[in-house]
Amino acid sequence: MADRMLKAEDIIREIKRAGIRFIVALPDRVTSQHLLKPMLQDPDFKVVQVCKEDEGVSICSGLFAAGQRSLLLMQYTGLLDSVNALRGVAIEGQNPVCMMVGLLGKEPDVAPTQSKKYGVKIIEPILDAMGIEHHWVEASADAHKIVPAIETAYARTRPVALLIGREPT
Amino acid sequence: MMKRDECLKVLARHRKDAIVVAVYMAAQELIHISPNDLNYTFTGAMGQGSSHGLGLALGRPDKRVIVLDGDGSLLMNLGSLVTIANAAPKNYVHCLCENGTYETNGSVPIPRAGQIRFTELAKAAGYRRTYEFSKIEDWDRELDKIIREDGPIFVDLKMEPGEQYPEDFRRLYSIEYRDKFRQALKSS
Repeated sequence: MADRMLKAEDIIREIKRAGIRFIVALPDRVTSQHLLKPMLQDPDFKVVQVCKEDEGVSICSGLFAAGQRSLLLMQYTGLLDSVNALRGVAIEGQNPVCMMVGLLGKEPDVAPTQSKKYGVKIIEPILDAMGIEHHWVEASADAHKIVPAIETAYARTRPVALLIGREPT
Repeated sequence: MMKRDECLKVLARHRKDAIVVAVYMAAQELIHISPNDLNYTFTGAMGQGSSHGLGLALGRPDKRVIVLDGDGSLLMNLGSLVTIANAAPKNYVHCLCENGTYETNGSVPIPRAGQIRFTELAKAAGYRRTYEFSKIEDWDRELDKIIREDGPIFVDLKMEPGEQYPEDFRRLYSIEYRDKFRQALKSS
C-alpha cells in the first residue's frame, strides 16, 4: 500500500534535481497543500503566481530564452484553457514548457482515460492530438519519471506534461 | 497622436542594450526600424507578449526589458497586469501601443476604443509608475529617464499608423531568430 502513496517530498526533490528554480503557478486543489504551499516557503524556488494559466506558458518560454528552467504548476482545467498558447507558444514556437498538472477528481488507481470525470478523461487524448509528451505520476515510484521528462523537454525544446493522478501527502 | 514608426524611431535611439519584446504591427515595424538580435517577436499567440517579457525580465534581472504591447492584445491578457505588478521586476517597462483597433485583424475597433484609461488599470494593478504620451517630443524627452527608473513601469503611447513597412510573419515567429536571440542574450 505504501508504494501507492505519492509523497510531495519525492516530487519536490526530483523537480530540484531537474534544475528547476522557477515555479509558475495557479493553485490547484490536488497540488496546493503539499506542493505549492511548501514551494512558496522554499528558498530554492522562486514562485511566480499567475492569474491565468496561459500566461504561465509564455512566462516559462521567456525564462527559457533567458537561460532559466521553470515548471508550470496548474490544474487540468488550466491546461484546457491554455490550448491555444500551447499550440502557438510551446509547440509551434518550440519551447520546453514543462507542466505539472493536477487531475482533480480522478479516481485512485484508475487510468485518466478510464476516469468517469469527463474533463480528466479527455486530457491524454488532447495531449496526444497536440503531440505533447505526457507521463502519469500516481505513486511515489513514478517520481523517477520527472527528471528524464524534463531533461528530454529541454534537450528537444518541446513541451511535456506530468499528470498528477492523486493528491500528494 | 503619434505616428507609430516615429515612436519606434525614438525607441531605436534610446534602447541601447535593452531587450525589446514586440507584438503584431509594432513587431513588424520594429524589425525594420531597429534591427537587433535582442528583438523578441516570438510570442506565438495573441495577448502573450507581456507574459514573455515577464519571463525574460525575471530570468535576466540585469537586462532592461521593454515590451511593446497592443491594446487589443492587453485586453486579451489583462490579468497579466496583476501578475507583473505582483512579481515586481524592476527592469520591466510595459509600453502600450494604443491605436484603438485590432489593426492586424482588419482594423476593427477594440471595445470602448479611446475610452479606456489603461494607465489607471496599470496603477490599480500595482505598477510602480505610469506615463501617457501623445506627443512625440514628450516621448523622446522622457524615454531615457523611464528606461533608467525602477519598474514595473507602464507607458501608454497614443498612436496611429505611420509609414507602411512590409509584413513578415515568418520572420516574427522564426525559430532560427529565436535561437539567435538566445545566443545574443547569453553573451550580452
